[in-house]
Amino acid sequence: MPKNRAVLIDQIIKQTMRICAFSSLFFLFLIFLFILIEGLPLFYRVGVGNIIAGFKWAPTKGAFGIFPMIVSSFLVTIGALILGAPLGLACAVYLAEYAGKKKKLFLKPALELLAGIPSVVYGFLGVIYIVPLIRTYCGGSGFSLLAAAIVLGVMILPTVISISYDALMSVPRTYREGSLAMGATKWQTTYRVVIPAASSGILASFILGMGRAIGETMAVIMVAGNALRIPGSILDPLRTLTSNIALELAYASGDHRLGLFSTGVVLLIIIMILNYLANFVIRQKVIK
Amino acid sequence: MAVVTFMRVVGAAIICLLISAACGNQTSSQVVYRRHVVTIAGSTSVMPFTEKLAEHFMIEHPNFIINVQSGGSTAGIQACLNRTVDIGMSSRELKHEEKSLTEIIICYDGIAVIVNPENPIRALSLQQIRDIFAGVLTNWKALGWIDRRIDAVTREEGSGTRSAFEELVMHGAAIDDGIMVQDSNGSVKEVVATDPYAIGYVSLGMVDTRVVALHVDYVRPSVETILARQYKIVRPFLYLINGTPSGPAQQFITYVLSKDGQKILEREGLIPVYAKK
Repeated sequence: MPKNRAVLIDQIIKQTMRICAFSSLFFLFLIFLFILIEGLPLFYRVGVGNIIAGFKWAPTKGAFGIFPMIVSSFLVTIGALILGAPLGLACAVYLAEYAGKKKKLFLKPALELLAGIPSVVYGFLGVIYIVPLIRTYCGGSGFSLLAAAIVLGVMILPTVISISYDALMSVPRTYREGSLAMGATKWQTTYRVVIPAASSGILASFILGMGRAIGETMAVIMVAGNALRIPGSILDPLRTLTSNIALELAYASGDHRLGLFSTGVVLLIIIMILNYLANFVIRQKVIK
Repeated sequence: MAVVTFMRVVGAAIICLLISAACGNQTSSQVVYRRHVVTIAGSTSVMPFTEKLAEHFMIEHPNFIINVQSGGSTAGIQACLNRTVDIGMSSRELKHEEKSLTEIIICYDGIAVIVNPENPIRALSLQQIRDIFAGVLTNWKALGWIDRRIDAVTREEGSGTRSAFEELVMHGAAIDDGIMVQDSNGSVKEVVATDPYAIGYVSLGMVDTRVVALHVDYVRPSVETILARQYKIVRPFLYLINGTPSGPAQQFITYVLSKDGQKILEREGLIPVYAKK
């Protein structure tokens, strides 16, 4: 009897856990469902081409083109990656290969703190310090692609560093020992053996960093200037997909609101592709 | 690691529960004292003034509680249509499909075109302002200042201030896509206050010493010039009601339109209804 009871409790707990685990899937499904229900009708009515490849966004006048925002989102993301990826990778290499226990002890928590700073704080600092610096030394209004890329470059650091670090740490010790035994220096070992071995994980960290950058909203609204045109230089203002939704949601009604949901659909698809790519890259390595 | 995270989540949940329980008690005890609740929501331009009015009203009528929320003109109109609020606030005219609501003009508000104090230009014509925002005029040199690009700032699509500006200044011309967009009066002012080469537009009531309001067609924007019908960039602030308002809501609206209420609005830099008419 007591044994039966134990089995029963075990079963109950197992089922409860299963429900909890699947609830996240359920929420994801709901989010998809609602965004699609709200966003798709406009695609049907206005035409996919007119939305995705349209240049003119004037939702109260019936123009729903978000092409400039798609381009801008990618430009900002690539900019953030150019600034954040090398720095993040260098930091991860230092942590994994060079840093002693003591240094790790304060570097790791510091990185976690960096990840925990709310994005509005990044945006605020960007507006107060980075924007005026760019205005003074580079020209333009300062609200620009460059400002957004710098702020986002810092914001993706924690993602890039922690995932690259995990990838570097999962390289077996024997690889390093083998290389060192052959007479290679520490840097040669890192550069020629460890980083190539961890390359898929590092690449995945860049892709997930891209996902973070493309999804960031608040900080970008504050420093990017939000103009509707594709920027002609890195000093021009621009508007990303996420900014578009957050900027206009408060006053949007009718088709305007549907237009913002359509923006959401496009964003969702882009993020899905990025996540899929990241998973694909990681899995590739396992198969080898 | 996972266990630690789990513990944190549980801890946070417990704290949240405690806080919400504490807050719940507080509000319920307040409700016992103040029986008449009026909920107002809408335009971010009208909200600060409604808050002021509500403060004064609640001092005089301690058994009232007036909840003022922002959200934007459209959100206010929607909420009023759904009857989730007693009064909606709007800083833009109602669209055709929203006309079932009753509009009450509570005051008028000027829109000031502002520049940074470092900018020596103090006056522009309406035509010049239109050209700047239409993307025709893009350099301060054309207006007699230095050779530097004009950093124009506008409000986002759907904003009440923007639609009033489009109607009163642009006269149907489109605002250029290359112009920066900010999502509130406050952030437009912030950009203009920090960027010497910027130009933007905000509620006249928002203008302070950090920015300079330009003369438009030789007229200084002020309560006096608006009353004299010289300054032309003026729009109404609206309260909206759906059908017959509840007793408390009606009482608040009566207060806002009374001499006392209008005086408060006048002190905030707005133009009272009786003066304009």
